[in-house]
Amino acid sequence: MFRYLIPLALFLVLVVFLAIGLTRNPQELPSALINKPAPDFRLPQLKDPAKTFSAADMRGKVWMLNVWASWCIACRDEHPFLFRYAQSGAVPIYGLNYKDYRENALGWLGELGDPYLLSVTDLDGRVGMDYGVYGAPETYIIDKRGTIRLKHVGPVTPDVWSKEVLPVVQELNRQ
Amino acid sequence: MTRALLLICLLLPALAMAQVRTEEKPTDPAIEKRLANLSHELRCLQCQNQTLADSPSDLAADMRQEIREQMKAGKSDKEIVAFLTDRYGQFILYRPRVSPVTYLLWFGPFVLLLTGLYVLYQYIKHRRDSITEKPLTAEERRRAEEMLRS
Repeated sequence: MFRYLIPLALFLVLVVFLAIGLTRNPQELPSALINKPAPDFRLPQLKDPAKTFSAADMRGKVWMLNVWASWCIACRDEHPFLFRYAQSGAVPIYGLNYKDYRENALGWLGELGDPYLLSVTDLDGRVGMDYGVYGAPETYIIDKRGTIRLKHVGPVTPDVWSKEVLPVVQELNRQ
Repeated sequence: MTRALLLICLLLPALAMAQVRTEEKPTDPAIEKRLANLSHELRCLQCQNQTLADSPSDLAADMRQEIREQMKAGKSDKEIVAFLTDRYGQFILYRPRVSPVTYLLWFGPFVLLLTGLYVLYQYIKHRRDSITEKPLTAEERRRAEEMLRS
């Protein structure tokens, strides 16, 4: 009798695997840069292009780099939450304006508000390429020694913030 | 008027896709040939089932341009692939390298095949062993002969 149940058992195993597969997001790839030094850059600031900002300026601090663009629809969903995270004071948030025209980017910030301490302009997407950006918005948490400790692709929703980002930030700040 | 409006509406999506870094027109045939070979081996990360060569996405165009520039700068294919996997991970390779992370990917199908063959072998053996010749009884023989005669 038992042997007739074997195909059923195998089928159930397959169902479980497929069910798990359905819940996973194929757009989320393991980052090659986790626990590697954050690629350095020096880029002009969006609001004041005469000034630059470099990843090296942030040594000794835990900070968040958020890749955004005015053409990016998911960034619009994420935007209001960024204010909340910035106000919480948990981590300084800097923006990487990725492959965007300055006037569009400034218009976007003017319309929706600016949650960033500052944003830098990555017009040709070269810095984005160094960071392995393949879809905005992307968020990186970089530790005091300048190592990338977390990467999140897609909007940082309150759920992602409280379950993934905040614990990492708090842990890194304790170190 | 309506036609002009329609035209504007139709062109709007193109505007939304306007890209900042433009892919240059092919100039050097040798580099284009190398690029074509290499980009068929690389995955576009935005449209994940397309190669870098086929993908129309912005990011793919950027990557092709980056590869072109690195080739012009004299980098070997190997160095360029290393540059890309350092940033995007092995997922970008259509033929990921054999490493502990990809053992399951490379050898899993063969393990499954061998398991299947073993199960099949066991099954056939079991079935063959369970078939035993049973001599006919006198009564059965008589009936069989009767059937054959008629």
